[in-house]
Amino acid sequence: MISTSYRMFAVGIGFAAVCVATQRVSAQSDPSKAQSGPAYTAADVQFMQGMIGHHAQAVVMAAMAPTHGASAKVALFCRKVDISQRDEIVLMQTWLRDRGQAVPDPLATKGHDAMAGMDMGEHATLMPGMLTPEQLIQLDQARDTTFDRLFLTFMIRHHQGALTMVAALFDSPGAGQTPEIFGYATGVDADQRAEIERMEGMLLPLQGRTP
Amino acid sequence: MRSAQFTGHRFTGRVAGTLVLGVAVLSLAACASASSSSGGTLSPTAAALASVPVVTMPPMPRAMSMTDPRVGLRAGMTTAGVAVSNMVLVSHSSKSAQLDGDGGTRGLTFANSDLAFRGNYVFQGNFSGFQIWDIANPASPVLRETLVCGTGQGDPSIYGNLLFISSESTGDRVDCGTQGVPDRVSKDRMVGVRIFDISDIAHPRKVADVQTCRGSHTHTLVPDVNDKSIVYVYVSGSAGVRSSDELPGCMDGPIDSANTSRFRIEVIRVPLAHPEQAKIVGYAHIFQDLAAPTAHGAAPSDAPRTPPPGGPPGGGRGGPRGGPNQCHDITVYPAVGLAGGACGGYGLLLDIHDPVNPKRLQAVGDSNFAFWHSATFNNDGTKVLFTDEWGGGTAPKCRADDPIDWGADAIFTLKDGRLVQGAYFKMPAAQTNMENCVAHNGSLVPVPGRDIMVQGWYQGGLDVFDFTDASHPYEIAYFDRGPVDSTKLVTAGFWAGYWYNGHIIGSEIARGLDIFELTPSPYLSQNEIDAAKLVMWDQFNPQNQPKIVWPAAFPVVRSYLDQLVRGQGLATARTQAIASDLARAESMTGGKRKSALHELAEQLDNDAKSAADASRVRAMASAVRDLEKATR
Repeated sequence: MISTSYRMFAVGIGFAAVCVATQRVSAQSDPSKAQSGPAYTAADVQFMQGMIGHHAQAVVMAAMAPTHGASAKVALFCRKVDISQRDEIVLMQTWLRDRGQAVPDPLATKGHDAMAGMDMGEHATLMPGMLTPEQLIQLDQARDTTFDRLFLTFMIRHHQGALTMVAALFDSPGAGQTPEIFGYATGVDADQRAEIERMEGMLLPLQGRTP
Repeated sequence: MRSAQFTGHRFTGRVAGTLVLGVAVLSLAACASASSSSGGTLSPTAAALASVPVVTMPPMPRAMSMTDPRVGLRAGMTTAGVAVSNMVLVSHSSKSAQLDGDGGTRGLTFANSDLAFRGNYVFQGNFSGFQIWDIANPASPVLRETLVCGTGQGDPSIYGNLLFISSESTGDRVDCGTQGVPDRVSKDRMVGVRIFDISDIAHPRKVADVQTCRGSHTHTLVPDVNDKSIVYVYVSGSAGVRSSDELPGCMDGPIDSANTSRFRIEVIRVPLAHPEQAKIVGYAHIFQDLAAPTAHGAAPSDAPRTPPPGGPPGGGRGGPRGGPNQCHDITVYPAVGLAGGACGGYGLLLDIHDPVNPKRLQAVGDSNFAFWHSATFNNDGTKVLFTDEWGGGTAPKCRADDPIDWGADAIFTLKDGRLVQGAYFKMPAAQTNMENCVAHNGSLVPVPGRDIMVQGWYQGGLDVFDFTDASHPYEIAYFDRGPVDSTKLVTAGFWAGYWYNGHIIGSEIARGLDIFELTPSPYLSQNEIDAAKLVMWDQFNPQNQPKIVWPAAFPVVRSYLDQLVRGQGLATARTQAIASDLARAESMTGGKRKSALHELAEQLDNDAKSAADASRVRAMASAVRDLEKATR
């Protein structure tokens, strides 16, 4: 049953990503405020919307630690991921809401949207680095050292996906220039690089070991 | 057009619940211009009689407090509730109208940032420019100039007539416009370090743009000790790498590629007489061969039996490649030839004797730290306090459930040139979801014989704390306002709090500039405050730490005496006798005073032999001898 619910949830997050990709956002903020700093762009909005789904999956992955026999180090790391990325989801939602944009809320609407997402399973697209529903189930079925190893492997890839998203943002003309987006995106880059290194440090001794 | 005083504050100074002694001290701040300092005007007799209680250090909190007076303050931009302890708000000045951002509703676009100081002037950075305040009268600061120029966060430094401003956001422009730069490659973009000539304070004139490949999130001035005509600037930039089509030579590459613009600190050389010739003269490669950071294990609040922190990261094991490719901030302490670099997942100790070629001496990691943000040395250069800006400063990391060791300060002792980790310190009062709060910028409060720091915690307020004992920091004073908004998190609060020439100056992101004075308490005496006020600088950049030297003065001697009384470092009979000897010496002049002080110093040498706190008695003897020498 647990596996099923994670499968549903994975698809639900994917569904949120689809919403982002298909939603056409009007690009600019109020032109009368042009002198009040750079305007945000459609790429900024899509970055924030996409990163919410991305973060939500990290929260789901981290939430497994207490029930899946994670080691103390990995559990501590998961606790930090859980608090940090939940807070960032709120920050991104506030930013979108303040600008009248669609606000994905995959964690809160888990049940409903996950069910809705079931019907369109394979059509769901994932943000870079995100686990497929099958990978999420694979993680959910792992325990102890296997869980640690799989979690770290997947989460490193997940974090690298966030770096890819940041790079893509700054590659979009005019994007990432408002102080909130610039600060947030460069912060994601710096924080997740540090966490990738920490995870690599935890993963190294586990490589090649069988449970 | 400035300086609307807060009128709606309800000051609720109360003794913090954890204080051991309930001595009724807390001067309740009346709005503005209250001054409790005697400024050294106490009569000798009164000073001698001013009693300092014996106190034990308050216990270390193990979780965020829910009973602290700072919990549950009313929200409001200008009407927020206030909790204050052992300090008073001398003045509050609202932001410049040009940077007001519609009363603070424009997010970070008009956020105030860091501070630099020269003479009576405070240079306050802002994401859209800077403000120059004249604080000759701290009760009534005057806004001398506002310059609008899109900057990213606009980290400022001052050196003589040159004002340096960090510029980082990809939307920052050469012409200082705030409309952004739409093109991916553009001649209009200016990210790096801007240099302004402020000889005419009302008309700052831009004299140089030093463009860098990753912009400048922060920067640090490093004077050349051998050549007074030169100053160097270390640049820490966290933006992506610019296209080489825009700035030739920029290249995004891994650490083992020779010309990568990552994994290095740019060093700018500025000829002070010709700042327009400022240019990059070196790249410090301080990130090579870093191994994985030390895992510190569970936070003490999670696992009470946490093992002591390990040694240098890696432990000889071949760690993974990668790691930080930039520092967030570097604090140099030229007096000891060291710098502390706060660099992503590491705290670095650097040798800066050759300022163009800083060398890494050591790297420390800590699994409780999310993001190494800044460093502060103690005055002896025997400790380094690193901050963890968990969540980047825009997130609420001081809630009741947030671990008290996360998003905190970590205090390291330098033992035989190696950093050894001690305790954490975090502003201990639980804040709401609507208050961004985490460790941020601060500076030493120059009290002789102790390591005391004032620090901004964003909407967690300002905190003044003692970290003399690296394993047991404790709070001395605080000031905190309620959140800007009770319905959503609006980024605000104290970017920084710095001690400058007798006052604490706070840069409030949304609300403006706040100036405070410390007031005496069981943990800080009037003599110690008076001694701190004797330390005066011509200019001060907190990331270029000056060595504090106290003048020969009675409050300095009495600071040590008060500390010996407070900590029972010397027998009570002796401290009482010394107090009256000091009072007697102060009432004398010329040769008589000289010989009285001489005699006292000799007695102190003798006291040191049996004192519980011998080194403090010796420090006091040295301060008495300074006084003797200074007596004419």
